[in-house]
Amino acid sequence: MANEIPQVGKRVDDATGTETVGHEWDGIEELNTPLPRWWLWTFYATCVWALGYVILYPAIPLLDKGTEGALGWTSRGQLTEELAAEAAARAPVMEAVATTPLERLQEDAGLMQQAVAGGAAAFRVHCVQCHGANAAGSEGYPNLTDDEWLWGGDLAAIEYTLTNGIRHPGATQTRTSLMPAFGRDGILSGEQVNSVTNYVLSLTGEGSATAAGAELFANNCAVCHGADGGGLRQFGTPSLNDAVWLYGDSREAIRRQIFEPRHGVMPAWEERLDPATIRMLAAYVHSLGGGEDFVEAVELAAAEPNEQD
Amino acid sequence: MNKTDPAIHHSPLGDYQARKSVHPKRIDGPFRRFKWLIMLVTLGIYYGTPWLRWDRGPYAPDQAVLVDVANRRFYMFDIEIWPHEFYFVAGLLIMAGIGLFLVTSAVGRAWCGYSCPQTVWTDLFQHVDRFVDGDRNARMRLEAAPWTWGKVTRRLAKWAIYLVIAFWTGGAWIMYFADAPTMVRDFWAGEAAPVAYITVAVLTAATFILGGFMREQVCIYMCPWPRIQSALMDEHSLQVTYKDWRGEKRGSVKKAAKDPAAYGDCVDCNMCVAVCPTGWDIRKGPDISCITCGLCIDACDRVMKDVDRPRGLIDYITLDDAEAEAKGAPTRPAWRALLRPRTIVYFIVWSGLGLGLLFLLGTRQHTEITAAPDRNPAYTVMRDGSVRNNFTVKLRNMEARPRDMLVSLEGLEGGSMWSDEISADDAARQLEFAVDADATETLRIYVIAPRGTATQDFAFTVEAQDEQRETDSVDARFETPSGGS
Repeated sequence: MANEIPQVGKRVDDATGTETVGHEWDGIEELNTPLPRWWLWTFYATCVWALGYVILYPAIPLLDKGTEGALGWTSRGQLTEELAAEAAARAPVMEAVATTPLERLQEDAGLMQQAVAGGAAAFRVHCVQCHGANAAGSEGYPNLTDDEWLWGGDLAAIEYTLTNGIRHPGATQTRTSLMPAFGRDGILSGEQVNSVTNYVLSLTGEGSATAAGAELFANNCAVCHGADGGGLRQFGTPSLNDAVWLYGDSREAIRRQIFEPRHGVMPAWEERLDPATIRMLAAYVHSLGGGEDFVEAVELAAAEPNEQD
Repeated sequence: MNKTDPAIHHSPLGDYQARKSVHPKRIDGPFRRFKWLIMLVTLGIYYGTPWLRWDRGPYAPDQAVLVDVANRRFYMFDIEIWPHEFYFVAGLLIMAGIGLFLVTSAVGRAWCGYSCPQTVWTDLFQHVDRFVDGDRNARMRLEAAPWTWGKVTRRLAKWAIYLVIAFWTGGAWIMYFADAPTMVRDFWAGEAAPVAYITVAVLTAATFILGGFMREQVCIYMCPWPRIQSALMDEHSLQVTYKDWRGEKRGSVKKAAKDPAAYGDCVDCNMCVAVCPTGWDIRKGPDISCITCGLCIDACDRVMKDVDRPRGLIDYITLDDAEAEAKGAPTRPAWRALLRPRTIVYFIVWSGLGLGLLFLLGTRQHTEITAAPDRNPAYTVMRDGSVRNNFTVKLRNMEARPRDMLVSLEGLEGGSMWSDEISADDAARQLEFAVDADATETLRIYVIAPRGTATQDFAFTVEAQDEQRETDSVDARFETPSGGS
């Protein structure tokens, strides 16, 4: 068939003896070499493949949705399946975390490791908004990597705090305490607030306190913060004689907190998360470097119900 | 359609060209024997290597060559490569590349002619053709014959042998990625990983199609290497050349006897074409089809001997020498083609790389420590005002035996550390850890320094607690709120 076509004005390339297609770009010509026949069959094979693909899988976009494909496959469906498979794979660990007594959790290094990893993942979803990535906290939001714990730093105390929240409205078991606004409500005069501020600063060796400041502290503050300012966990009162300050360590910041204190709030996570996840979060927070040993925890857990009543 | 340009899309040869079957004739000679040798060696290496054993003690596999993807280790006899040492593999690949440059610039397409897997397997399959259907003429007759039961049986038998070879080829590949005897058992028991079956299926199909049916079409249409080689060769590279100045005008012995002056040495017997595995006629000159396997040289030398003319009408020769010889000028000895600045530079780079890799391999440490600081928070102030920095420290034990390793703080006065395994109360400047054989131990290390410590540089050092006492250290920075140097 090809031979019937008249070959008019087609140059034959000397080196190869092949005819050119007649095009020329800046002296570059194209040889008129036929494609191998198998290449054509390969092309047909890809067409057949594409046809099968279009029939089996979602392919052609229509007005409101695309064609669905004979297999009924969707990427969303696949994701659901994968997530379900993941959840099923995790189920034994979740079960073990939820049923192992808290005191025993740390003895099982493997389980504890999985709990910490699961807690780290949950932390990134639920906690970073306030406590920051890697739990570094910020002003008003506690740093969870240090060894200062307002409500206790052993596994049981952390789990309790997570479960019931802090000053969470409507939760009966929530951790709660309230510091009076000594300045705003006129309990102390401005001069007295300054004296107490100086006394609090002196607890960490900053500046010097007056006898009046010490007396004001003993009368107004010691009942909750302790005579030495060391804080009392029953009330979630911060210790005032250490290096960790939730609302800042400057004179102005401390004065402002005495004049009109701010109070942090954390949700009671039992309303949103299952017990296993809460326990894993507790394990993660406990693992960040400031977690306390269990011995104290047992005492505290025993003491707690009385305070909550 | 534009009337003035009616044939623009049509070649006089047709739009598409069917493959012309190639039925190379059996030939014997030095190059054919060399090809046999190369085939024996390359196939022997490919099929045999996974079965070599190598004792590495109780903590490492005993397969001499093993790409252990699951555990991310590469074993090659006494060498064990970890993922972070992948530059060794990269170095080997670069050496392979430069090696190809070196070989191509010196001896042309020797890779294509002798050791390319496509060439070796095509050669093997062509021997199967010969074994089942007979030599060239018998095969050509059979191809032209109608599809009788006899032909169908023969074809099925031949394809069955193809399939066995192809399956064996695909099957050998996966042996490099797992313990070979275990893999064979698992494979037949249906217990091997799905990827093993998929790999075998894909490689079997590829070998069956590319070796059994595509053959020279792969070289001519699919392979990029001949195109690259065109750029690597020059007038000093050896290539298979038909010496037309000596061979033309072609004519039979009888004709030449009548009129010796009018005819050259070529007796136009077509043997060079008959033996060619890609069906090329070397007398047309070099081409992408010519893989320079030298079989036409064997064939021609044989004919020249029979007709009592000197050998080498077709021969390996450089373009420079060919031009000189055509003019009757003296040619240079073959070693001059090999020893010239270009090949020497390639060789120096190639061997320099090889020596460098060997040096690195011989002097590398088998104990390593790395330390990544927590960046958020960079530091934590504790209740007593002391400052804590957290690090993720990795201890690498690259020996095939468990070892204890002593990690120490260097610098950072007053500092101490503990880890998840140790209570903060037991913080110390030196901690000892047991590291499994051939493993990396990941540790959370908490470094604490007293109140008032300035931000400063320090280092973690590790010392293996065995006879060799290998050490390594890594610089780190201790961050504090008080800033510092």
